[in-house]
Amino acid sequence: MKITVNGKQRTVDVEPDTPLLWVLRDELAMRGTKFGCGAGLCGACTVHMDGKAMRACVLPVSAVGDAEIRTIEGLSEDGSHPLQQAWADHNVPQCGYCQSGQIMSAAALLAVNAMPSDEEIDTAMAGNICRCGTYPRIRAAIRQAAEAEQS
Amino acid sequence: MTVLEKISRRDFLKATGVSSSGLLIGAALPTTLRADVLQRPSGDALNLFVSLREDGTVEIIAHRSEMGTGIRTSLPQVVADEMEADWDRVTVIQGLASADYGSQNTDGSRSVRNFYTVMRQMGAAARSMLESSAAQRWDVPVSECRASNHRVVHSDGRSIGFGELATSAAEQPLPALDSLPLKSAADFRYIGKDVPSVDLADMTTGATTYGVDVALPGMLYASIERRPVMGTSIESFSADAAKKVRGVVAVEVIKGTDPNGFKPIEGVAVIADKTWSAIKGRQALAATWTDSAHNSHSADVYLDELMDAVSSKPGVVARERGDVDAALAAGKRVSASYRTPYLAHASMEPPMATAYVTEQGCEVWACTQTPQATQQTVAEVLGLAPEKVTVNVTLLGGGFGRKSKPDFSAEAALLSRAVGKPVQVVWTREDDIRHDYFHSCCAQHYEASIDESGAVTGWLARQATPPIDTTWDASADLMSDGSLSQTFGSIPFAIPNLRLEGHRAPAHARIGWLRSVYNIPFGFGVGSFVDELAHAADKDPAAFWIELIGEDRLLDFAPEGFEFSNYGKPLSEYPYDTARFKGVIRELTETIPWGESLPAGQGWGIAAARSFLSYVAVACKVSVEGDQLKVLEMHSVIDAGLVVNPDRVHAQMEGAMIFGLSLALMGEITFEGGEPQQSNFHDYPVARINQVPRVIRNTITASDAPPAGVGEPGVPPVAPAIANAVFAATGKRHRTLPLNKAYRV
Repeated sequence: MKITVNGKQRTVDVEPDTPLLWVLRDELAMRGTKFGCGAGLCGACTVHMDGKAMRACVLPVSAVGDAEIRTIEGLSEDGSHPLQQAWADHNVPQCGYCQSGQIMSAAALLAVNAMPSDEEIDTAMAGNICRCGTYPRIRAAIRQAAEAEQS
Repeated sequence: MTVLEKISRRDFLKATGVSSSGLLIGAALPTTLRADVLQRPSGDALNLFVSLREDGTVEIIAHRSEMGTGIRTSLPQVVADEMEADWDRVTVIQGLASADYGSQNTDGSRSVRNFYTVMRQMGAAARSMLESSAAQRWDVPVSECRASNHRVVHSDGRSIGFGELATSAAEQPLPALDSLPLKSAADFRYIGKDVPSVDLADMTTGATTYGVDVALPGMLYASIERRPVMGTSIESFSADAAKKVRGVVAVEVIKGTDPNGFKPIEGVAVIADKTWSAIKGRQALAATWTDSAHNSHSADVYLDELMDAVSSKPGVVARERGDVDAALAAGKRVSASYRTPYLAHASMEPPMATAYVTEQGCEVWACTQTPQATQQTVAEVLGLAPEKVTVNVTLLGGGFGRKSKPDFSAEAALLSRAVGKPVQVVWTREDDIRHDYFHSCCAQHYEASIDESGAVTGWLARQATPPIDTTWDASADLMSDGSLSQTFGSIPFAIPNLRLEGHRAPAHARIGWLRSVYNIPFGFGVGSFVDELAHAADKDPAAFWIELIGEDRLLDFAPEGFEFSNYGKPLSEYPYDTARFKGVIRELTETIPWGESLPAGQGWGIAAARSFLSYVAVACKVSVEGDQLKVLEMHSVIDAGLVVNPDRVHAQMEGAMIFGLSLALMGEITFEGGEPQQSNFHDYPVARINQVPRVIRNTITASDAPPAGVGEPGVPPVAPAIANAVFAATGKRHRTLPLNKAYRV
């Protein structure tokens, strides 16, 4: 089976029902995408499929087809995406485990809504749980990244 | 100060190269674990925690586990400050499990408070050795040499970089730690500053290594079907069906014990070449289980029984002064009972451990809060000497007390031995929630008397709580004074007559520590009842708290028959200071528009607690419209003594308020037929971003008192502050958690 991840075509030999999450982690050794719930409930495994935020833990690899998958490893070459920089400026992460998924959800939001309102941020990010409670800083970082892109 | 003596002796051994406990078996290097997470300082060690390379790189050991508090940054920043090292040239290295470091148990909010002075001494020792070495090189008195920002400077102006002194400094004798001069606070370069987390860049790029990210060559993955009810054993299962799943290589039984302590509970493991194969193979097991005495456990029925006991029957007295019965008979009587449920930890990363057992011993990689207990437990289950077990600590995707238990590492070790390969045990979210060491359910009852002036004259409190001690002793059923020291037994109120009692409550589930532990239910009971009394006395709740605490004094509970544990610290070092308790309440009410008039359906609530040696007050503003409850604002003040990294303290307090909001609004594990009824975030919800107020603000009280705990103390006052705010908004008093029983949240 062939899938395209971060611009590269990869061949994997797995059962078609294998969730993309485990293909990324166990087959392709891309472990920035995290396992949190296995049921699409927490967002730790969020990746982009053709630019849209998807939960890789409930996405069978057979459903990927020709779509372009982007993971946290492919968001920027060197951590320089405006969201990654804003995350650093606000010292957002605590344990850090959910943050790949948070950043990927935020990036998908900004791609379609360059200047989201607080309400829109809450709605778009409600699928991503942070048990450490970094939400106030996530909001602030998204606002900063949005403003940085505008100017 | 046994820790200091031990460290200073070990330092000497380390500095002279006599001792070496670093051990890596074979070539089993994980492919994703950064090398600097694994190595220990070698010949260039200045002491146990600090080594210096010839290129000037300073390596500082983080011997505590990073689960989000920022401890991998905070303690090294203390070392670097005293050493006069340039933070930009510091690399933090994660220490292996080793008794050399003293306790590595990253729990009890004690990393900074127990190691602040030790870390300063380690930094100062390194600085002193660098100064001595420069003095020797220049042949001048050491008093003329001073370390400053990664160089040693002579009074005549010449200077030399740390790196050039690396070899000769390591040959200097270790100075006597107790007589080392430490910097004055005015000269602090990093202590008290917002140094960014050392793991920050990796965390924003997905480059970090948590327990689940460890990958060894030839590693297999295991998913374990565990007994559903405490006390049950495996009856039957189909290994053949599991082995038909592609990739499954073995099915192994893990035997359990009761009580299981830190050891695994009984289960059947499916071991496969990939995680998904293991999970699918496990689904095919069709395991059945024997009956158990706990098969009838219902949390609701059990809590009904406990509530009945505490509200109607005298219990075992834990603390008493005056004659509370006479006081209650004489005054205006107020009574209330509070009910709080079991909770699960639900850290974002479930427990995950990898082990590789070879003829030489066992090496473990795990997201553990307790590396030494992991080493001990793995050694026990394998029948090895502890020194044959090496434990590498990965980053932890949250911990909250769950990862203080090394059961999952023991599982990995047993399975690796069985198959002769490295094995990673993957706990699913369902495993995590259904087989947690649960936060205990709790029943409380309070009665108080108020005289004509509105003063409280008597306080009677009873609790019934299955104790954590049941982890090791199945017959334990009464809370110890140590456990009751968490708020219930240590109330600071100047009430002339009081009696605190406990009822027996046997455990029907595994009980464990959850962030701030018993301060959660008792903080809710005490924090709510004080508010009830304030309203009964027709007084402002914040002013009433201060009045109830009474005059400035240092508390001693011994005369009232109560053995106050004070979180393991002597009262001489960390007194229970009522002035500081009142101080955070006053500071909080000055921070917010306390007393403002609000629209109908809105209200402010306040509560406070001393836990883990810190004093915290929390105020929440809520709105109730119809059956919709919203928390609009949360504010806290913490007096944690001296603070090393203010930004990380603010982060912990923000997180603690949201953790408290989760449990207050929606946290509940129920049991029916002995089985937990929740399994994932759909039925065990935790706060999401759209449920969190836009305004969450923490204030740190300026203090030069010794550092106190930070990770946990923010949690206890949150639930009562919210419930008190709901009362202010609606006139409805809620004495049962969570509040989503009464409202949409």
